[in-house]
Amino acid sequence: MVITVATDRADDARSWIERANPTHPTLIDEHHRLGELYNMVNVPTVVWIDETGRITRPNDVAFTTEKGGRYANVSTDEQMALLRGWVRGSLPPPSDDDIRKKVTPLSEKSQLARAHFGLGWWLHREGRFGAAEHHFSIGGELAPDDFMIRRGTMPLRGSDPFGPEFVEMVTDWLGSGHTYYLPLPVE
Amino acid sequence: MTSLVLLDVGKPTEVEATIDVSDVWINAAEVEAALGWELKPEGLCRAAICIPVEGRSGLMSDGRMNLEGLADLLGRPLAHSPEEGVAYMGPPLDLFNQTIRTLEAPDFVLPDLEGELHSLSQYRGSKVLLVAWASW
Repeated sequence: MVITVATDRADDARSWIERANPTHPTLIDEHHRLGELYNMVNVPTVVWIDETGRITRPNDVAFTTEKGGRYANVSTDEQMALLRGWVRGSLPPPSDDDIRKKVTPLSEKSQLARAHFGLGWWLHREGRFGAAEHHFSIGGELAPDDFMIRRGTMPLRGSDPFGPEFVEMVTDWLGSGHTYYLPLPVE
Repeated sequence: MTSLVLLDVGKPTEVEATIDVSDVWINAAEVEAALGWELKPEGLCRAAICIPVEGRSGLMSDGRMNLEGLADLLGRPLAHSPEEGVAYMGPPLDLFNQTIRTLEAPDFVLPDLEGELHSLSQYRGSKVLLVAWASW
């Protein structure tokens, strides 16, 4: 089954969910709980979890459209074929070590950055916007690869997440030799 | 004496606090209500686990615990704002290493648009494709 989790305020996610009218659970994660628990730094991120509740394929980048796939330099057809293989049980099960090798280790700095996001989010909810922005900014500086903090707080800060601040952020990031999306190999 | 909102992975508890410059000290007797760890003669305890506090410099003073020392003792990230009177403690840093060891998907409870709560564990028995997305 599919469970989607919007890293958003409910009202920001609502129109997307209502338009899609899905039959699977569509959850709201305004506090970025998944970021803290799964070490996620961007969306879309998918995780495969087996019937016993174990991770079979850790954090990966996956889009549903070819256009989206091009951003991440992945083939959505190949990813979908792999996913079908897993669902139907025709993929050979990976060893635990193979799975572990695909996990990005957690750094103390990134988890501290998320604590600053959590503090900022509470302050934002309390209407203390200046203090909130200060802690969002500390979070982004501590973990510049965490776009759930850097881009995900743009709507809270009144900035357009598809606008100039985003374009500048990505241009700087890519210009300094980083990658915006890091998909796992399709194998 | 003032008060501090201590957010335990987002869950708020108001505790008594004193602030010395940027050092925040909280009432040790309230640590249990805020974080689930009780101060006992043998240390800071939860269920069968006790972490000794004696001999740790700068942690205890007059029935108060230093907030940064406490976060350090529990291995948890701490972001705090003494001027706003609020602090956030994230999940223990070792939790994710435990996930890597066991490969058990961390459980969570989140609402849908109607406010109905769903946990990951309630869907055990099915393969789950967990998809994090956003409007941004």
